[in-house]
Amino acid sequence: MSAPNRNRLTSGGLIDRAKSLGFSFDGTSYQGYEGDTLASALLANGVRLVGRSFKYHRPRGIVAAGAEEPNALVELRSGARREPNTRATVTELYDGLVASSQNRWPSLAFDALSLNRFLSPFLGAGFYYKTFMWPAAFWEKLYEPIIRRAAGLGRAAEEADPDHYEKATAFCDLLVIGAGPAGLMAALTAARSGARVILADEDFLPGGGLNAEAGDIDRRPAPAFAAHVVAELTSLPNVRVMRRTTVFGVYDSGTYGALERVSDHLPEPLPFQPRQRLWRLIARRAVLAAGATERPIVFGGNDRPGVMLAGAVGTYVQRHAVLPGQKIALFANNDGAWREMLAAQAAGAPVETIIDVRAEVAPALVAAARAEGLRVLTGAQVIATAGKTLTGLTVATPSGTERIAADTLAVSGGWSPAVHLTCHHGGKPMWDAGLAAFVPGTCPPGLSVAGAARGIFGLGACLKDGAAMGAEAAEALGFTVPAPDVPEVADAAFALTPFWHVEGSKGPAFVDLQNDVTAKDVGIAHKEGFRSVELLKRYTTLGMATDQGRTSNVTGLAIMASLTGASIPETGTTIFRPPYTPVSLGALAGHHRGKDFRPVRLTPTHEWARAQGAVFIETGAWLRAQYFPRKGEKDWLETVSREVTAVRASVGLIDVSTFGKIDLQGADVGAFLDRVYINGFAGLAVGKARYGVMLREDGMVMDDGTTARLSPEHYVMTTTTANAAKVFQHLEFCLQVLWPELDVALSSVSEQWAQIALAGPRARDVLARVADGDVSNAALPFMGAIECTVMGGVKARLFRLSFSGELGYEIAVPARHGAALAAALMQAGEEFGITPYGIEALGVMRIEKGHVSGNELSGQTTAGDLGFGRMASTKKDYIGRVMAARPGLTDPERPCFVGFRPVDRSRRLRAGAHFLKLGAAPTLANDQGYMTSVAYSPHLRHWIGLGLIKRGPERLGERVRAYDPVRGEEIEVEICAPGFIDPEGVRLRG
Amino acid sequence: MRIPCPYCGERDAHEFATLGDATLTRPDPAAADADAQFHDYVYLRDNPAGAHEEWWYHANGCRQWLRVARDTRTHAISGAVAARATEQASGEPA
Repeated sequence: MSAPNRNRLTSGGLIDRAKSLGFSFDGTSYQGYEGDTLASALLANGVRLVGRSFKYHRPRGIVAAGAEEPNALVELRSGARREPNTRATVTELYDGLVASSQNRWPSLAFDALSLNRFLSPFLGAGFYYKTFMWPAAFWEKLYEPIIRRAAGLGRAAEEADPDHYEKATAFCDLLVIGAGPAGLMAALTAARSGARVILADEDFLPGGGLNAEAGDIDRRPAPAFAAHVVAELTSLPNVRVMRRTTVFGVYDSGTYGALERVSDHLPEPLPFQPRQRLWRLIARRAVLAAGATERPIVFGGNDRPGVMLAGAVGTYVQRHAVLPGQKIALFANNDGAWREMLAAQAAGAPVETIIDVRAEVAPALVAAARAEGLRVLTGAQVIATAGKTLTGLTVATPSGTERIAADTLAVSGGWSPAVHLTCHHGGKPMWDAGLAAFVPGTCPPGLSVAGAARGIFGLGACLKDGAAMGAEAAEALGFTVPAPDVPEVADAAFALTPFWHVEGSKGPAFVDLQNDVTAKDVGIAHKEGFRSVELLKRYTTLGMATDQGRTSNVTGLAIMASLTGASIPETGTTIFRPPYTPVSLGALAGHHRGKDFRPVRLTPTHEWARAQGAVFIETGAWLRAQYFPRKGEKDWLETVSREVTAVRASVGLIDVSTFGKIDLQGADVGAFLDRVYINGFAGLAVGKARYGVMLREDGMVMDDGTTARLSPEHYVMTTTTANAAKVFQHLEFCLQVLWPELDVALSSVSEQWAQIALAGPRARDVLARVADGDVSNAALPFMGAIECTVMGGVKARLFRLSFSGELGYEIAVPARHGAALAAALMQAGEEFGITPYGIEALGVMRIEKGHVSGNELSGQTTAGDLGFGRMASTKKDYIGRVMAARPGLTDPERPCFVGFRPVDRSRRLRAGAHFLKLGAAPTLANDQGYMTSVAYSPHLRHWIGLGLIKRGPERLGERVRAYDPVRGEEIEVEICAPGFIDPEGVRLRG
Repeated sequence: MRIPCPYCGERDAHEFATLGDATLTRPDPAAADADAQFHDYVYLRDNPAGAHEEWWYHANGCRQWLRVARDTRTHAISGAVAARATEQASGEPA
């Protein structure tokens, strides 16, 4: 192993040499410093080969120094915290960091699958459309598995993520995205006006390009100037500086999505801290100061480790004090890259050669380079490279071809403004021929762009533009902005000659390094007619990798443009959509995972039911007692049958608090109910309840339930559990939109009242011991509803209702008394053997009684289908009346609600089985309807069912087939009336 | 999107449920051609590109139905008023 930090300069850089950090890559231990990224620390230790490419398994190194990195993707951390495809260039180094390379086997240095490159003729553009096609059956079994194994990136963790993620919201007047020179000045200028400013930057060290800038600003080194501005911003109470925070999307009404990497720079999150926090930032205005991304020049062998972006070389030297190599050459088409290299050389980097495609370069710049001892080749192009990691270049110059030794080639083809966020509302970037770059087009409302992100490339100009944009935004919001205080920095002229691709160079010339798309692939797409930029992208996969073509889109477009002879703006640009950089699913989910996916609602008697040994089941958001097993019971059916039998023989109780409960008050409640229920309610007497059915406006049944009149202007409605919110919303719509003239006020009281149903022949005996007043048949007859007290003074409502078909009551008390009421009823019923029952037994009893429930209220049934036709009033209008009269909804052939019993009573019925006439073939044309609900009836000692069958009520006694191809069953059933028990209703009126 | 609720102030759209076109009026159920009118009322919707009036219900807020003016192309919301503040009595149903 070589000396630690052997490529580190002895001074300079924004690293703390006193804070050494140990880390490992592919099992080898290294040392880096605080302030390093994983990429800078690897380079400092001479690690240049960091990964294998996606398709051809070619050796790859670090290309960039920021979020645009296409190659240096690693698996970060291990075990359950393993995170694939992490860009080493934005991974902040920490002590104990563990990373490994991806997509190699058996090792990074020797990769068996690198043979793929010899298969490259078969893996080129659109290969999956034209090779591996024959024989067809081989695709699924052979080709696809092999290709999937060979291609790919990192492995996701196989265990559940042990960390948690948060979501948060923040508000501000001005959001500044990016803390480079323009962003810092925008934030500072606006902040000094008193505006509430949020400054978000993806880096752990705010400053952007200033952190890699060699010169001074305001008599301080550029990074110190950045730190000084950040310090002032941090000290202001109206400013929030968010580091490690990427604004990844622009949404509607000034909403911005941002990801804060709270703990990614730590071995594991601190106690009670999330790994990441997803922010919803609500900003009245925003300034995008995201800077620009350098783009490479495409030439043969341009993917060899050691070929890097020129700006990245500068960043590693200036910011991290790392020498990416010992013999550095530059290949460029612009002056900026020259200055970058001269600055790097001044900082100690061994820059030896400058190769520029331009024949003419500013004489002063050439003189400056030569004065520093650099060899300058103008009008020259790199046409080949050599070495597993770079050892040399072949350069074509006007005077011939020559070989140049170099272990690092800095490449610069110019800069592309980071316009991504400006496109999130559909804005299209515009081509600026002078800059040879796309600049922002129409921006989302409230977003303006400052600095390099809009094509202003000089440092001094960026500082000024940032201040101007910050001032403009703050003034537009009504703040008085003090005159901006912008340091003067002299900018050199912008000089660039567009150049994209070295034609005729040797070896594969990669446009998109991450997806292994070459210039040849672009040529194939052109030849085969996939010339539109969107087709080019999909056919070749150019720009479709995790980096979304940061360094490749514009180049690919330019190469296509040169092939078609069209201009770049004519060829188009691709649209950028959120997110700007990848966002983990964990962050998007936040706390909403597993059992926390949504809130769980517990009934007021939940703990009481648990103590009774209840098994719970999720019904919507609620957890309800399903049944209460006792020792020795062999299965749920035995338990449920025991509960049903106990209720029918004596008495039982169940929590029905989950029903929606709506309080209605006002002079016009009766009239209102008449308009929302199919049956009449205006005549409902005080102290009485009535069953009602509601339709949707299209004529289908929406919900059913009971409404009781407690006093002349006070009613209380129950809805089904499932439809509680929907019905409430519907009633509010009717009141506020359709009939605002009605004097009715609604309030949901579902949470405020606990409600327990008491059922069975002994129900009244039990109730009498709990209620404070008279509950005799005379005082509280069937369908009676009274307000009273129970348990010695607890306010209560008693409803004499029955879902089970037995003598039944529902007792409502304020929710906090629910558990006490359950206990009191149990005690009062002890001598009758009172039995708590769950929703399974409730379901069995309602099927025995022939009541409809959720299975029948499917949204596809009419009141007529369910046997409520005669309930529907003809003397009034109500929601759904007109549409319910449509011929299709009144067709006598419609399947209607009836009961079913197996002809062979020992057979089990199945819900979902379809009905066929005896002897009819199982075809859709012969379908007669289907079974909606089934239960084993302990009362009848055989299975019974409810269902919908054509002309059902006219066919009582007829035998049909219940055909269940899903379970492979078919049995003969007899149509019967839906009430299997006490059809005359003697029990419930008793 | 953020909806300026006249009671609660500007709130995120997640707090609301939407019902669509707010320019429709429930037909007179006593009209001779009530069935045809109701068919249109229940099923037919324009799909305008541009200005649109929509019903939004502030389910996780004041529970008011709001008439919201929204541009369907840009999601720009130019205003919201409570239904009760604007709705005229629709007349007694037959």
